[in-house]
Amino acid sequence: MGAVIPLQRQIIDYTTSLYNEAILDGQFTQLQQLQDESNPDFVVEVVSLFFQDSQRLLNDLTATLNQKIVDFKRVDAHVHQLKGSSSSIGAQRVQRACIIFRNYCDQQNTEGCLKCLQQVKNEYFLVKNKLETLFKLEQQLVAAGGSIHVQ
Amino acid sequence: MDVSASFSLSKKVDDDRVVGEEQELHVLAVDDNLIDRKIVEKLLKNFSCKVTTAENGLRALEYLGLRDDQQNTLNCNIGSKVNMIITDYCMPGMTGYELLKKIKESSMLKEVPVVIMSSENIPTRINKCLEEGAQMFMLKPLKQSDVKKLRGQLMKCGS
Repeated sequence: MGAVIPLQRQIIDYTTSLYNEAILDGQFTQLQQLQDESNPDFVVEVVSLFFQDSQRLLNDLTATLNQKIVDFKRVDAHVHQLKGSSSSIGAQRVQRACIIFRNYCDQQNTEGCLKCLQQVKNEYFLVKNKLETLFKLEQQLVAAGGSIHVQ
Repeated sequence: MDVSASFSLSKKVDDDRVVGEEQELHVLAVDDNLIDRKIVEKLLKNFSCKVTTAENGLRALEYLGLRDDQQNTLNCNIGSKVNMIITDYCMPGMTGYELLKKIKESSMLKEVPVVIMSSENIPTRINKCLEEGAQMFMLKPLKQSDVKKLRGQLMKCGS
């Protein structure tokens, strides 16, 4: 049990830094609070869905923006989806990047959109990386005999 | 269709079950976003609701027995009884508003409370939905406190 307290500390500090950097927001806490014994992997499940869905959207956006004639309706629809799901899991910086993206979409500005896409990708990979690290820490905590999200 | 409770048009379904002192409410949640569907389902389940999800308006109407080609069959209302419908506004094909209208136009289902969710806070949109008979308009992302409030409202209207 010796590893439990330092790990808990590490997880708290790590999570706090994510909130401080606006990588995550209160909506992520909401998700953690939804997790219970009937669904002990809820957060990981939802976030995994988010990763899969986001990757699909980012791939499609890349392809669509690189067409000779850009279908801005399609781009907008995808960014709207990504904005929605990132907001739902508390990935604040991804959400914000999507909001800016939609403005360039409205203007039908391909170059602006491409820049935004890059920015969204950067934020997405950042939050993905951070969450994967967090989940690994939580796994270590559970393996050491501790429990996560004690309410 | 993403159905967490199976249904069959030819099976007679029980009325609302009573679980302990709290009545189990059956909610149909409609959202084209997979992540949002999963979250709203958990939010509702945590507040003792039985949840069925649908990924778009058409599937929702199908589940409710309101699709145009179902209207004239004898089986059309032997689907599961739903106590509330919660739907996203922005969906491809049929918007949440259009779904709301169809529900309110149905003699079978017009008394069922319909809640509209949207990530965009647009007063004209909100008013339009409320005028069409939406029970409530909620801003996404939904929080536990939102669902608690919803549950409270539902208990007052009965089933």
